[in-house]
Amino acid sequence: MKQRHPIRRSIAFCALTTLLAGVPFSAWAISDAYKENIYHAGPLKPRDSKLKVKVGQRAPDFTLPALGGERISLSQYRGKKNVMLTFIPAAWTPVCSDQWPGYNIVNDLFAAHDTIILGLSVDNLPTLFSWTNQMGRLWFPVLSDFWPHGQVAKRFGVLRGDGTAERAIFIIDKQGVIRYIDVHNINERPPLEGIVRELEKLK
Amino acid sequence: MKERSFLTTILATMLLLSLGGLTGAVAASLPAVGGVLPDLSPGFNLPKPKDGVVIIQIFSMYCPYCQKDAPQVNRLYEMIEADPSLKGRVRLVGIGAGNSPYEVNVFRTKFNVRFPLYADPDFNIHKKLGEPRTPYFIALKIEPDGSHRIFYSQLGEIGSADDFLAEMIRRWGKRR
Repeated sequence: MKQRHPIRRSIAFCALTTLLAGVPFSAWAISDAYKENIYHAGPLKPRDSKLKVKVGQRAPDFTLPALGGERISLSQYRGKKNVMLTFIPAAWTPVCSDQWPGYNIVNDLFAAHDTIILGLSVDNLPTLFSWTNQMGRLWFPVLSDFWPHGQVAKRFGVLRGDGTAERAIFIIDKQGVIRYIDVHNINERPPLEGIVRELEKLK
Repeated sequence: MKERSFLTTILATMLLLSLGGLTGAVAASLPAVGGVLPDLSPGFNLPKPKDGVVIIQIFSMYCPYCQKDAPQVNRLYEMIEADPSLKGRVRLVGIGAGNSPYEVNVFRTKFNVRFPLYADPDFNIHKKLGEPRTPYFIALKIEPDGSHRIFYSQLGEIGSADDFLAEMIRRWGKRR
């Protein structure tokens, strides 16, 4: 019978985690808007969920509370606007904090493609309020998928094992059909041109 | 015996890799006043106006403060260009940290930026500069022999273009 070596395995595990923790990794340019308030979790597993929807399918409807105080349903845009859902992992974290402010200056670009953005986060409203206040006034609604926790993220298959969401983009056309999915490496920001290219295909 | 050999191998590997990390992959520090800029090529070659100044803005299209500060930075450029004693001698350039050429162009178009902006899509330049938060401003004095020296290195918006330019000229130490 093959002998196991628990001590060896423990040492090997410790060595590996020590080395990984020491690997310098940073690809974030944090805006000074957030001062020293960004929590650096370090590099994360690029993806930690399994999609439950696919391109060509009708997007599952949902209703969530928005920062403005209203409740917003995906279905309210049916027949009126294309919708880009942008799930971010968590408020006050590096890449997320430098993502929506970029979308905030290209309102005209989204309008040209008859598209509304819905920002989704599993954070609660008070957290989202204080975080997005640093971004200036966002022109698109920010929805809280906090309770039941990550319910919408789970339905789309982008809820990670630790309760945060993936950094994911879903583009849904006016018929409510999913036309594009990008579950991005959580450590990186999806380039804007990739999104615009997909918006152009909606015509 | 075998166990000891295994332990030694693991510890030696850890030590070697840690040393490698310390020597080869230590994060750069922020540009210091009195120091020189690291080589930022490829991606950015430092302009060298003779006996002049280069002001570098590290920005991001995704940075709210950079967006808010853009009109003042534009004004700074216009003031430099409008002054015959500064035009050509003081160069203003921007580097978009983590921004693709497309994203840099969005920023340029949105804010009507007329000075040169460079893309740094993979954060290569940003890392060499010690990963500053944005916006970040660095000013360098270019000596007649082409060498340079950093005389300003500061996090945050310029706020007032007039005050910022006056401060640059004061630190530069050149008569108008």
